[in-house]
Amino acid sequence: MTNVQGRFDFNIMADWIRPGEKVLDLGCGDGSLLRYLKDEKGVRGYGVDNDPDNVLACIKNGVNVVQINLEAGLSGFEDGFFDHVVMSLSLQTVRHTEQMLAEMLRVGREAVVSFPNFGHRSHREAIAGGRMPVSKILPYQWYNTPNVRFFTMADFEALCAERDIVIRERLAFDGEQVVTEEPNLNASIAAYRLGRGG
Amino acid sequence: MHETTNSVGLAQPQRAHFDTPLTLTGGAVLSSFDLVYETYGELNASRSNAVLVCHALSGNHHVAGWHADNPMNIGWWDNLVGPGKPLDTRKFFVVGVNNLGGCYGSTGPVTINPATGKPWGADFPVIVVEDCVASQARLADHLGIESWAAVIGGSLGGMQAMQWTLAYPERIRHALVIAAASKLTAQNIAFNEVARQAILTDPDFHGGHYFEHGVVPARGLRLARMLGHITYLSDDQMAEKFGRKLRREALQFNYDVDFEIESYLRYQGDKFAGFFDANTYLIATKALDYFDPAGSYGGDLPAALARAKAKFLVVSFSTDWRFAPERSREIVYGLVHNSLDASYAEIESSAGHDSFLLDDPHYHAVLRAYFEGIRL
Repeated sequence: MTNVQGRFDFNIMADWIRPGEKVLDLGCGDGSLLRYLKDEKGVRGYGVDNDPDNVLACIKNGVNVVQINLEAGLSGFEDGFFDHVVMSLSLQTVRHTEQMLAEMLRVGREAVVSFPNFGHRSHREAIAGGRMPVSKILPYQWYNTPNVRFFTMADFEALCAERDIVIRERLAFDGEQVVTEEPNLNASIAAYRLGRGG
Repeated sequence: MHETTNSVGLAQPQRAHFDTPLTLTGGAVLSSFDLVYETYGELNASRSNAVLVCHALSGNHHVAGWHADNPMNIGWWDNLVGPGKPLDTRKFFVVGVNNLGGCYGSTGPVTINPATGKPWGADFPVIVVEDCVASQARLADHLGIESWAAVIGGSLGGMQAMQWTLAYPERIRHALVIAAASKLTAQNIAFNEVARQAILTDPDFHGGHYFEHGVVPARGLRLARMLGHITYLSDDQMAEKFGRKLRREALQFNYDVDFEIESYLRYQGDKFAGFFDANTYLIATKALDYFDPAGSYGGDLPAALARAKAKFLVVSFSTDWRFAPERSREIVYGLVHNSLDASYAEIESSAGHDSFLLDDPHYHAVLRAYFEGIRL
Protein backbone atom coordinates (compact mmCIF):
# COMPACT_ATOMS: atom_id res chain seq x y z
CA MET A 1 0.00 0.00 0.00
CA THR A 2 1.25 3.44 -0.89
CA ASN A 3 1.13 5.76 2.02
CA VAL A 4 -0.55 9.02 1.07
CA GLN A 5 1.00 11.89 2.97
CA GLY A 6 1.31 9.82 6.11
CA ARG A 7 -2.43 9.29 6.33
CA PHE A 8 -2.66 5.52 6.26
CA ASP A 9 -6.44 5.58 6.59
CA PHE A 10 -6.44 7.08 3.09
CA ASN A 11 -5.15 3.82 1.74
CA ILE A 12 -7.92 1.83 3.34
CA MET A 13 -10.50 4.18 1.96
CA ALA A 14 -8.85 4.23 -1.45
CA ASP A 15 -9.08 0.44 -1.51
CA TRP A 16 -12.82 0.66 -1.13
CA ILE A 17 -13.18 2.97 -4.09
CA ARG A 18 -13.16 1.65 -7.64
CA PRO A 19 -11.63 3.35 -10.67
CA GLY A 20 -13.73 6.02 -12.34
CA GLU A 21 -16.13 6.48 -9.44
CA LYS A 22 -17.70 9.76 -8.38
CA VAL A 23 -16.53 10.63 -4.91
CA LEU A 24 -17.43 13.36 -2.44
CA ASP A 25 -14.84 13.93 0.29
CA LEU A 26 -16.26 15.72 3.31
CA GLY A 27 -13.71 17.65 5.32
CA CYS A 28 -11.22 17.09 2.52
CA GLY A 29 -8.37 19.13 4.04
CA ASP A 30 -5.73 19.90 1.46
CA GLY A 31 -7.24 17.47 -1.02
CA SER A 32 -4.52 14.80 -0.74
CA LEU A 33 -6.95 11.89 -0.81
CA LEU A 34 -8.79 13.27 -3.83
CA ARG A 35 -5.50 13.98 -5.59
CA TYR A 36 -4.46 10.39 -4.95
CA LEU A 37 -7.81 8.99 -6.12
CA LYS A 38 -7.72 11.20 -9.20
CA ASP A 39 -4.18 10.22 -10.16
CA GLU A 40 -4.36 6.52 -9.29
CA LYS A 41 -7.97 5.65 -9.99
CA GLY A 42 -9.28 8.29 -12.35
CA VAL A 43 -11.88 9.21 -9.78
CA ARG A 44 -14.02 12.28 -10.41
CA GLY A 45 -14.01 13.85 -7.03
CA TYR A 46 -15.19 16.91 -5.17
CA GLY A 47 -13.97 17.95 -1.79
CA VAL A 48 -15.96 19.87 0.76
CA ASP A 49 -14.22 22.01 3.33
CA ASN A 50 -15.06 25.24 5.08
CA ASP A 51 -11.54 26.26 6.07
CA PRO A 52 -10.24 28.95 3.69
CA ASP A 53 -6.67 27.63 3.94
CA ASN A 54 -7.82 24.13 3.02
CA VAL A 55 -9.80 25.49 0.08
CA LEU A 56 -6.69 27.26 -1.15
CA ALA A 57 -4.59 24.13 -0.61
CA CYS A 58 -7.05 22.07 -2.67
CA ILE A 59 -6.91 24.57 -5.53
CA LYS A 60 -3.11 24.42 -5.37
CA ASN A 61 -3.41 20.64 -5.37
CA GLY A 62 -5.54 20.77 -8.51
CA VAL A 63 -8.60 19.13 -6.98
CA ASN A 64 -12.18 20.33 -6.99
CA VAL A 65 -13.27 21.84 -3.72
CA VAL A 66 -16.56 23.35 -2.63
CA GLN A 67 -16.42 25.70 0.33
CA ILE A 68 -19.52 25.05 2.38
CA ASN A 69 -20.26 24.49 6.03
CA LEU A 70 -20.88 20.78 6.54
CA GLU A 71 -23.18 21.51 9.45
CA ALA A 72 -25.42 23.40 7.04
CA GLY A 73 -25.95 20.11 5.23
CA LEU A 74 -25.46 18.67 1.79
CA SER A 75 -28.83 19.81 0.45
CA GLY A 76 -27.25 21.14 -2.75
CA PHE A 77 -26.12 17.66 -3.79
CA GLU A 78 -28.53 15.30 -5.47
CA ASP A 79 -29.78 11.94 -4.20
CA GLY A 80 -27.49 9.07 -5.07
CA PHE A 81 -25.21 11.22 -7.21
CA PHE A 82 -21.94 9.90 -5.76
CA ASP A 83 -20.65 6.36 -5.64
CA HIS A 84 -18.89 7.05 -2.37
CA VAL A 85 -19.10 9.84 0.15
CA VAL A 86 -15.97 9.86 2.26
CA MET A 87 -15.34 11.38 5.64
CA SER A 88 -11.86 10.78 6.92
CA LEU A 89 -11.28 11.32 10.64
CA SER A 90 -13.86 14.10 10.77
CA LEU A 91 -17.14 12.53 11.91
CA GLN A 92 -16.27 13.36 15.53
CA THR A 93 -16.03 17.06 14.61
CA VAL A 94 -19.60 17.20 13.31
CA ARG A 95 -22.33 18.14 15.77
CA HIS A 96 -25.26 16.54 13.97
CA THR A 97 -23.83 13.06 13.54
CA GLU A 98 -27.10 11.34 12.73
CA GLN A 99 -28.11 13.84 10.06
CA MET A 100 -24.60 13.77 8.64
CA LEU A 101 -24.67 10.01 8.18
CA ALA A 102 -28.17 10.20 6.69
CA GLU A 103 -27.06 12.90 4.27
CA MET A 104 -23.95 10.94 3.27
CA LEU A 105 -26.12 7.95 2.44
CA ARG A 106 -28.63 10.14 0.64
CA VAL A 107 -26.15 11.68 -1.80
CA GLY A 108 -23.92 8.60 -1.98
CA ARG A 109 -24.52 4.95 -2.79
CA GLU A 110 -22.14 4.14 0.04
CA ALA A 111 -20.43 6.11 2.78
CA VAL A 112 -16.90 5.59 3.95
CA VAL A 113 -16.01 6.99 7.35
CA SER A 114 -13.03 6.78 9.63
CA PHE A 115 -12.79 8.13 13.15
CA PRO A 116 -10.67 7.90 16.27
CA ASN A 117 -11.95 5.20 18.58
CA PHE A 118 -12.51 6.74 21.98
CA GLY A 119 -12.84 3.21 23.35
CA HIS A 120 -9.15 2.46 22.84
CA ARG A 121 -7.40 1.00 25.87
CA SER A 122 -5.20 4.06 26.39
CA HIS A 123 -8.22 6.34 26.36
CA ARG A 124 -10.04 4.17 28.87
CA GLU A 125 -6.97 4.20 31.09
CA ALA A 126 -6.79 7.98 30.91
CA ILE A 127 -10.42 8.28 31.93
CA ALA A 128 -9.94 5.69 34.70
CA GLY A 129 -7.04 7.84 35.87
CA GLY A 130 -9.38 10.80 35.98
CA ARG A 131 -8.18 12.67 32.89
CA MET A 132 -9.54 13.07 29.37
CA PRO A 133 -7.49 11.10 26.85
CA VAL A 134 -4.71 12.76 24.88
CA SER A 135 -2.99 10.53 22.35
CA LYS A 136 -1.45 10.46 18.90
CA ILE A 137 -4.89 10.19 17.34
CA LEU A 138 -6.49 12.53 19.89
CA PRO A 139 -3.75 15.12 20.19
CA TYR A 140 -5.90 17.88 21.65
CA GLN A 141 -6.63 19.02 25.14
CA TRP A 142 -10.26 19.02 26.22
CA TYR A 143 -10.36 22.81 26.00
CA ASN A 144 -9.02 23.19 22.48
CA THR A 145 -10.23 20.10 20.68
CA PRO A 146 -12.15 20.49 17.42
CA ASN A 147 -13.95 17.26 18.32
CA VAL A 148 -17.50 17.71 19.52
CA ARG A 149 -18.72 14.10 19.62
CA PHE A 150 -16.95 11.43 21.63
CA PHE A 151 -17.87 7.86 20.73
CA THR A 152 -16.48 4.36 20.54
CA MET A 153 -16.73 1.77 17.80
CA ALA A 154 -19.44 0.06 19.85
CA ASP A 155 -21.38 3.32 20.11
CA PHE A 156 -21.10 3.89 16.39
CA GLU A 157 -22.22 0.39 15.51
CA ALA A 158 -25.19 0.69 17.84
CA LEU A 159 -26.24 3.87 16.07
CA CYS A 160 -25.90 2.18 12.68
CA ALA A 161 -28.11 -0.70 13.85
CA GLU A 162 -30.68 1.72 15.19
CA ARG A 163 -30.76 3.83 12.04
CA ASP A 164 -30.82 0.91 9.58
CA ILE A 165 -27.34 1.68 8.29
CA VAL A 166 -25.63 -1.46 7.02
CA ILE A 167 -21.97 -1.96 7.86
CA ARG A 168 -20.55 -3.57 4.70
CA GLU A 169 -16.95 -3.61 5.81
CA ARG A 170 -15.00 -2.62 8.87
CA LEU A 171 -11.29 -2.23 9.51
CA ALA A 172 -9.69 -1.35 12.81
CA PHE A 173 -6.14 -0.19 13.44
CA ASP A 174 -3.78 0.59 16.22
CA GLY A 175 -1.11 2.81 14.79
CA GLU A 176 -0.75 1.21 11.39
CA GLN A 177 -1.34 -2.33 12.64
CA VAL A 178 -4.59 -4.05 11.75
CA VAL A 179 -6.52 -5.04 14.85
CA THR A 180 -8.82 -8.05 14.75
CA GLU A 181 -9.15 -8.94 18.40
CA GLU A 182 -11.44 -6.81 20.52
CA PRO A 183 -11.12 -3.82 18.23
CA ASN A 184 -13.16 -1.55 20.47
CA LEU A 185 -10.49 -2.00 23.11
CA ASN A 186 -7.40 -2.33 20.94
CA ALA A 187 -7.98 -0.08 17.93
CA SER A 188 -7.25 3.64 17.92
CA ILE A 189 -8.83 4.20 14.49
CA ALA A 190 -11.82 2.58 12.86
CA ALA A 191 -12.90 2.73 9.24
CA TYR A 192 -16.28 1.65 7.92
CA ARG A 193 -17.89 1.14 4.57
CA LEU A 194 -21.59 1.83 5.00
CA GLY A 195 -24.72 1.32 2.95
CA ARG A 196 -28.40 1.95 3.28
CA GLY A 197 -30.44 -0.79 4.86
CA GLY A 198 -33.69 -2.17 3.51
CA MET B 1 0.15 57.86 -8.99
CA HIS B 2 0.85 54.72 -10.97
CA GLU B 3 3.04 52.00 -9.57
CA THR B 4 5.85 50.92 -11.79
CA THR B 5 6.50 47.63 -9.99
CA ASN B 6 4.46 44.69 -11.25
CA SER B 7 2.57 46.96 -13.61
CA VAL B 8 1.88 46.13 -17.22
CA GLY B 9 2.96 49.75 -17.77
CA LEU B 10 1.70 51.85 -20.61
CA ALA B 11 -1.53 50.44 -21.99
CA GLN B 12 -2.48 51.06 -25.59
CA PRO B 13 -6.20 50.97 -26.42
CA GLN B 14 -6.85 49.35 -29.78
CA ARG B 15 -9.86 49.15 -32.02
CA ALA B 16 -11.21 46.26 -34.08
CA HIS B 17 -13.84 46.81 -36.76
CA PHE B 18 -16.28 44.08 -37.75
CA ASP B 19 -18.21 44.23 -41.00
CA THR B 20 -20.17 41.01 -40.73
CA PRO B 21 -23.64 41.89 -39.41
CA LEU B 22 -24.41 40.81 -35.85
CA THR B 23 -27.98 39.74 -35.13
CA LEU B 24 -28.79 40.59 -31.55
CA THR B 25 -30.91 38.56 -29.16
CA GLY B 26 -33.59 41.24 -29.18
CA GLY B 27 -33.92 40.94 -32.97
CA ALA B 28 -32.05 44.06 -34.10
CA VAL B 29 -29.12 43.71 -36.47
CA LEU B 30 -25.90 45.70 -36.22
CA SER B 31 -24.58 45.90 -39.77
CA SER B 32 -21.12 46.60 -38.44
CA PHE B 33 -19.54 47.41 -35.11
CA ASP B 34 -16.30 48.30 -33.37
CA LEU B 35 -14.82 46.93 -30.19
CA VAL B 36 -12.18 48.79 -28.24
CA TYR B 37 -9.75 46.59 -26.32
CA GLU B 38 -6.39 46.44 -24.62
CA THR B 39 -3.93 43.58 -24.38
CA TYR B 40 -1.20 42.82 -21.87
CA GLY B 41 1.55 40.25 -22.16
CA GLU B 42 2.39 38.24 -25.27
CA LEU B 43 0.28 35.72 -27.13
CA ASN B 44 2.38 32.56 -27.24
CA ALA B 45 3.17 30.66 -30.43
CA SER B 46 0.47 28.05 -29.86
CA ARG B 47 -2.03 30.81 -29.00
CA SER B 48 -2.98 28.89 -25.89
CA ASN B 49 -2.36 31.52 -23.21
CA ALA B 50 -5.09 34.07 -23.87
CA VAL B 51 -7.31 35.23 -21.02
CA LEU B 52 -10.33 37.45 -21.56
CA VAL B 53 -11.31 39.84 -18.78
CA CYS B 54 -14.98 40.84 -18.87
CA HIS B 55 -16.10 43.98 -17.13
CA ALA B 56 -19.04 44.74 -14.89
CA LEU B 57 -21.76 47.38 -15.19
CA SER B 58 -19.59 50.48 -15.41
CA GLY B 59 -16.23 49.03 -16.37
CA ASN B 60 -14.30 49.13 -19.60
CA HIS B 61 -11.41 47.72 -21.60
CA HIS B 62 -8.77 49.47 -19.49
CA VAL B 63 -8.05 46.61 -17.12
CA ALA B 64 -4.42 47.28 -16.18
CA GLY B 65 -1.59 49.74 -16.56
CA TRP B 66 -2.03 53.40 -17.38
CA HIS B 67 -2.67 55.59 -20.39
CA ALA B 68 -0.09 57.86 -21.97
CA ASP B 69 -2.43 60.84 -21.92
CA ASN B 70 -3.42 60.21 -18.31
CA PRO B 71 -0.89 58.40 -16.10
CA MET B 72 -3.36 58.66 -13.21
CA ASN B 73 -5.88 56.51 -15.09
CA ILE B 74 -4.95 53.10 -13.70
CA GLY B 75 -6.83 50.07 -15.05
CA TRP B 76 -9.78 48.91 -12.95
CA TRP B 77 -8.31 45.49 -12.20
CA ASP B 78 -4.67 46.53 -12.04
CA ASN B 79 -4.26 44.81 -8.67
CA LEU B 80 -4.97 41.48 -10.39
CA VAL B 81 -3.30 41.78 -13.78
CA GLY B 82 0.41 42.30 -14.32
CA PRO B 83 3.82 40.65 -14.22
CA GLY B 84 3.96 38.63 -10.99
CA LYS B 85 0.35 39.39 -10.13
CA PRO B 86 -2.30 36.67 -9.71
CA LEU B 87 -3.22 36.92 -13.40
CA ASP B 88 0.41 36.95 -14.43
CA THR B 89 1.11 38.65 -17.75
CA ARG B 90 4.44 36.80 -17.97
CA LYS B 91 2.42 33.61 -18.45
CA PHE B 92 -0.81 34.88 -19.97
CA PHE B 93 -1.87 37.14 -22.82
CA VAL B 94 -4.64 39.17 -21.24
CA VAL B 95 -7.37 40.92 -23.20
CA GLY B 96 -9.72 43.57 -21.84
CA VAL B 97 -12.62 44.69 -23.99
CA ASN B 98 -15.28 47.36 -23.69
CA ASN B 99 -18.68 45.72 -24.01
CA LEU B 100 -20.80 46.32 -27.05
CA GLY B 101 -23.25 49.02 -25.99
CA GLY B 102 -20.61 50.54 -23.73
CA CYS B 103 -19.50 54.15 -23.66
CA TYR B 104 -15.74 53.84 -23.80
CA GLY B 105 -15.25 53.50 -27.54
CA SER B 106 -16.97 50.25 -28.51
CA THR B 107 -20.06 50.70 -30.64
CA GLY B 108 -22.86 51.90 -28.40
CA PRO B 109 -25.32 54.71 -27.73
CA VAL B 110 -22.63 57.42 -27.82
CA THR B 111 -21.11 56.34 -31.13
CA ILE B 112 -22.38 57.45 -34.51
CA ASN B 113 -25.25 55.53 -36.10
CA PRO B 114 -24.11 55.11 -39.72
CA ALA B 115 -27.74 55.28 -40.87
CA THR B 116 -28.29 58.78 -39.47
CA GLY B 117 -24.85 60.26 -39.00
CA LYS B 118 -25.86 61.13 -35.42
CA PRO B 119 -25.17 59.38 -32.11
CA TRP B 120 -27.35 56.30 -31.66
CA GLY B 121 -28.68 57.50 -28.32
CA ALA B 122 -31.91 55.73 -27.38
CA ASP B 123 -32.05 54.05 -30.80
CA PHE B 124 -29.19 51.78 -29.86
CA PRO B 125 -30.64 48.31 -29.30
CA VAL B 126 -30.58 46.54 -25.96
CA ILE B 127 -27.45 44.42 -25.71
CA VAL B 128 -27.66 41.33 -23.53
CA VAL B 129 -24.94 39.08 -22.13
CA GLU B 130 -25.33 36.69 -25.06
CA ASP B 131 -24.68 39.58 -27.48
CA CYS B 132 -21.61 40.79 -25.59
CA VAL B 133 -20.17 37.30 -25.73
CA ALA B 134 -21.02 36.88 -29.43
CA SER B 135 -19.17 40.13 -30.15
CA GLN B 136 -16.23 38.99 -28.01
CA ALA B 137 -16.05 35.80 -30.09
CA ARG B 138 -15.53 38.01 -33.13
CA LEU B 139 -12.70 39.73 -31.29
CA ALA B 140 -11.17 36.33 -30.46
CA ASP B 141 -11.31 35.47 -34.19
CA HIS B 142 -9.70 38.82 -34.98
CA LEU B 143 -6.86 38.14 -32.52
CA GLY B 144 -6.38 34.60 -33.81
CA ILE B 145 -7.49 33.07 -30.50
CA GLU B 146 -9.26 29.80 -31.12
CA SER B 147 -9.84 29.08 -27.46
CA TRP B 148 -9.34 31.12 -24.32
CA ALA B 149 -7.20 29.61 -21.58
CA ALA B 150 -9.67 31.41 -19.34
CA VAL B 151 -12.42 33.97 -19.27
CA ILE B 152 -12.75 35.86 -16.00
CA GLY B 153 -15.22 38.42 -14.80
CA GLY B 154 -17.01 39.75 -11.75
CA SER B 155 -20.71 40.55 -11.51
CA LEU B 156 -21.97 41.21 -15.08
CA GLY B 157 -18.50 40.11 -16.18
CA GLY B 158 -18.97 36.80 -14.35
CA MET B 159 -22.19 36.27 -16.26
CA GLN B 160 -20.24 36.74 -19.48
CA ALA B 161 -17.64 34.20 -18.38
CA MET B 162 -20.46 31.73 -17.72
CA GLN B 163 -22.13 32.53 -21.04
CA TRP B 164 -18.86 31.80 -22.84
CA THR B 165 -18.97 28.22 -21.53
CA LEU B 166 -22.52 27.81 -22.87
CA ALA B 167 -22.28 29.59 -26.22
CA TYR B 168 -18.77 28.46 -27.15
CA PRO B 169 -17.98 25.40 -25.05
CA GLU B 170 -15.06 24.49 -27.32
CA ARG B 171 -13.53 27.94 -27.09
CA ILE B 172 -13.04 28.33 -23.35
CA ARG B 173 -11.03 26.04 -21.09
CA HIS B 174 -11.54 27.77 -17.74
CA ALA B 175 -14.25 30.10 -16.49
CA LEU B 176 -13.72 32.24 -13.41
CA VAL B 177 -17.17 33.37 -12.33
CA ILE B 178 -16.85 35.89 -9.52
CA ALA B 179 -19.53 37.61 -7.44
CA ALA B 180 -22.06 36.66 -10.09
CA ALA B 181 -25.34 34.79 -10.46
CA SER B 182 -27.01 32.65 -13.08
CA LYS B 183 -29.96 35.02 -12.82
CA LEU B 184 -30.92 38.06 -10.83
CA THR B 185 -33.40 37.82 -7.99
CA ALA B 186 -36.53 39.99 -7.96
CA GLN B 187 -34.83 42.21 -5.39
CA ASN B 188 -31.82 42.68 -7.64
CA ILE B 189 -33.99 43.50 -10.67
CA ALA B 190 -35.90 45.91 -8.44
CA PHE B 191 -32.76 47.89 -7.68
CA ASN B 192 -31.99 48.07 -11.39
CA GLU B 193 -35.49 49.29 -12.12
CA VAL B 194 -35.22 52.11 -9.59
CA ALA B 195 -31.92 53.11 -11.17
CA ARG B 196 -33.52 53.10 -14.61
CA GLN B 197 -36.51 55.11 -13.43
CA ALA B 198 -34.16 57.72 -12.01
CA ILE B 199 -32.66 58.13 -15.48
CA LEU B 200 -35.84 57.74 -17.52
CA THR B 201 -37.73 60.36 -15.49
CA ASP B 202 -34.96 62.93 -15.52
CA PRO B 203 -36.34 65.91 -17.52
CA ASP B 204 -33.01 66.04 -19.34
CA PHE B 205 -33.40 62.45 -20.62
CA HIS B 206 -35.50 63.48 -23.64
CA GLY B 207 -36.43 59.93 -24.51
CA GLY B 208 -32.77 59.04 -24.64
CA HIS B 209 -31.90 61.66 -27.30
CA TYR B 210 -30.36 64.06 -24.81
CA PHE B 211 -27.33 64.81 -26.98
CA GLU B 212 -29.62 66.45 -29.50
CA HIS B 213 -30.70 68.81 -26.74
CA GLY B 214 -27.18 69.51 -25.62
CA VAL B 215 -27.74 68.05 -22.15
CA VAL B 216 -27.25 64.81 -20.24
CA PRO B 217 -29.59 63.34 -17.60
CA ALA B 218 -27.00 63.87 -14.88
CA ARG B 219 -29.51 63.96 -12.02
CA GLY B 220 -30.92 60.57 -12.95
CA LEU B 221 -27.54 59.02 -13.54
CA ARG B 222 -26.36 60.43 -10.22
CA LEU B 223 -29.27 58.88 -8.35
CA ALA B 224 -28.80 55.59 -10.15
CA ARG B 225 -25.17 55.49 -9.09
CA MET B 226 -25.91 56.49 -5.51
CA LEU B 227 -28.42 53.67 -5.24
CA GLY B 228 -26.00 51.26 -6.85
CA HIS B 229 -23.24 52.23 -4.45
CA ILE B 230 -25.39 51.49 -1.43
CA THR B 231 -26.07 48.00 -2.73
CA TYR B 232 -22.44 47.30 -3.62
CA LEU B 233 -21.31 47.95 -0.06
CA SER B 234 -22.26 46.04 3.06
CA ASP B 235 -24.07 47.42 6.07
CA ASP B 236 -21.08 46.54 8.25
CA GLN B 237 -18.61 48.25 5.99
CA MET B 238 -20.70 51.41 5.77
CA ALA B 239 -21.03 51.44 9.55
CA GLU B 240 -17.30 51.03 9.90
CA LYS B 241 -16.33 53.54 7.24
CA PHE B 242 -18.96 56.23 7.87
CA GLY B 243 -21.07 55.33 10.86
CA ARG B 244 -23.02 58.43 11.85
CA LYS B 245 -20.02 60.68 11.38
CA LEU B 246 -21.00 64.25 10.60
CA ARG B 247 -19.54 66.36 7.85
CA ARG B 248 -19.61 69.42 10.10
CA GLU B 249 -19.62 69.71 13.85
CA ALA B 250 -23.37 69.88 14.33
CA LEU B 251 -26.56 68.90 12.59
CA GLN B 252 -27.61 71.51 10.03
CA PHE B 253 -31.39 71.23 10.26
CA ASN B 254 -31.65 71.59 6.51
CA TYR B 255 -31.17 69.34 3.49
CA ASP B 256 -27.52 69.94 2.87
CA VAL B 257 -25.06 67.26 3.80
CA ASP B 258 -25.20 66.31 7.47
CA PHE B 259 -23.65 62.84 7.47
CA GLU B 260 -20.42 61.69 5.86
CA ILE B 261 -22.28 58.94 4.03
CA GLU B 262 -24.38 61.57 2.28
CA SER B 263 -21.29 63.42 1.22
CA TYR B 264 -19.73 60.21 -0.06
CA LEU B 265 -22.77 59.22 -2.08
CA ARG B 266 -23.17 62.69 -3.58
CA TYR B 267 -19.52 62.74 -4.54
CA GLN B 268 -19.66 59.28 -6.13
CA GLY B 269 -22.89 60.16 -7.92
CA ASP B 270 -21.59 63.44 -9.28
CA LYS B 271 -18.33 61.89 -10.40
CA PHE B 272 -20.10 59.09 -12.22
CA ALA B 273 -22.68 61.36 -13.85
CA GLY B 274 -19.81 63.43 -15.18
CA PHE B 275 -18.44 60.73 -17.44
CA PHE B 276 -20.79 57.76 -17.83
CA ASP B 277 -23.49 57.55 -20.48
CA ALA B 278 -27.07 57.15 -19.29
CA ASN B 279 -28.17 54.99 -22.22
CA THR B 280 -25.27 52.62 -21.63
CA TYR B 281 -26.30 52.41 -18.00
CA LEU B 282 -29.84 51.48 -19.04
CA ILE B 283 -28.57 48.82 -21.43
CA ALA B 284 -26.16 47.29 -18.92
CA THR B 285 -28.85 46.99 -16.25
CA LYS B 286 -31.11 45.24 -18.78
CA ALA B 287 -28.26 42.89 -19.66
CA LEU B 288 -28.08 41.96 -15.96
CA ASP B 289 -31.86 41.56 -15.63
CA TYR B 290 -32.29 39.43 -18.75
CA PHE B 291 -29.48 36.96 -18.12
CA ASP B 292 -31.00 33.60 -17.27
CA PRO B 293 -29.46 30.70 -19.17
CA ALA B 294 -31.79 28.30 -17.36
CA GLY B 295 -34.83 30.23 -18.58
CA SER B 296 -35.15 28.24 -21.78
CA TYR B 297 -34.73 25.01 -19.78
CA GLY B 298 -37.77 25.59 -17.60
CA GLY B 299 -35.56 27.08 -14.90
CA ASP B 300 -33.41 23.96 -14.73
CA LEU B 301 -29.90 25.38 -14.32
CA PRO B 302 -28.12 21.99 -14.28
CA ALA B 303 -29.78 21.23 -17.63
CA ALA B 304 -28.66 24.59 -19.01
CA LEU B 305 -25.09 23.94 -17.89
CA ALA B 306 -24.97 20.55 -19.62
CA ARG B 307 -23.45 22.17 -22.70
CA ALA B 308 -20.46 23.52 -20.78
CA LYS B 309 -17.10 21.82 -21.02
CA ALA B 310 -14.86 24.30 -19.23
CA LYS B 311 -13.43 23.94 -15.76
CA PHE B 312 -14.83 26.49 -13.32
CA LEU B 313 -13.74 28.54 -10.39
CA VAL B 314 -16.71 30.17 -8.71
CA VAL B 315 -16.05 32.83 -6.07
CA SER B 316 -18.43 34.75 -3.85
CA PHE B 317 -18.04 37.11 -0.91
CA SER B 318 -19.64 36.64 2.48
CA THR B 319 -21.16 40.13 2.74
CA ASP B 320 -22.21 40.49 -0.91
CA TRP B 321 -25.98 40.79 -0.66
CA ARG B 322 -26.49 42.02 -4.21
CA PHE B 323 -24.96 38.82 -5.64
CA ALA B 324 -25.19 36.63 -2.58
CA PRO B 325 -23.10 33.48 -2.01
CA GLU B 326 -26.29 31.45 -2.37
CA ARG B 327 -26.45 32.46 -6.06
CA SER B 328 -22.90 31.24 -6.59
CA ARG B 329 -23.62 27.95 -4.82
CA GLU B 330 -26.52 27.34 -7.23
CA ILE B 331 -24.03 27.57 -10.08
CA VAL B 332 -21.61 25.22 -8.35
CA TYR B 333 -24.25 22.56 -7.70
CA GLY B 334 -25.31 22.82 -11.33
CA LEU B 335 -21.74 22.23 -12.41
CA VAL B 336 -21.33 19.27 -10.06
CA HIS B 337 -24.54 17.81 -11.49
CA ASN B 338 -22.81 17.77 -14.85
CA SER B 339 -19.63 16.31 -13.36
CA LEU B 340 -17.68 19.34 -14.51
CA ASP B 341 -14.48 20.28 -12.76
CA ALA B 342 -15.45 23.10 -10.43
CA SER B 343 -14.21 24.73 -7.28
CA TYR B 344 -15.98 27.22 -5.10
CA ALA B 345 -14.47 29.68 -2.66
CA GLU B 346 -16.57 31.86 -0.41
CA ILE B 347 -14.31 34.70 0.63
CA GLU B 348 -14.76 36.27 4.06
CA SER B 349 -14.91 39.98 3.33
CA SER B 350 -16.64 42.99 4.83
CA ALA B 351 -16.74 44.95 1.57
CA GLY B 352 -19.92 43.56 -0.03
CA HIS B 353 -20.23 43.22 -3.79
CA ASP B 354 -17.29 45.56 -4.38
CA SER B 355 -15.03 42.96 -2.76
CA PHE B 356 -14.33 41.41 -6.13
CA LEU B 357 -12.33 44.49 -7.12
CA LEU B 358 -10.24 44.57 -3.96
CA ASP B 359 -7.00 42.77 -3.26
CA ASP B 360 -7.91 40.76 -0.19
CA PRO B 361 -4.88 38.45 0.32
CA HIS B 362 -6.86 35.21 0.54
CA TYR B 363 -9.03 36.11 -2.48
CA HIS B 364 -5.99 36.89 -4.55
CA ALA B 365 -4.18 33.79 -3.30
CA VAL B 366 -7.12 31.70 -4.55
CA LEU B 367 -7.08 33.38 -7.96
CA ARG B 368 -3.30 33.09 -8.17
CA ALA B 369 -3.38 29.39 -7.32
CA TYR B 370 -6.09 28.78 -9.89
CA PHE B 371 -4.29 30.64 -12.66
CA GLU B 372 -1.02 28.89 -11.78
CA GLY B 373 -2.80 25.58 -12.18
CA ILE B 374 -3.94 26.35 -15.73
CA ARG B 375 -1.84 24.32 -18.11
CA LEU B 376 -1.16 25.94 -21.46
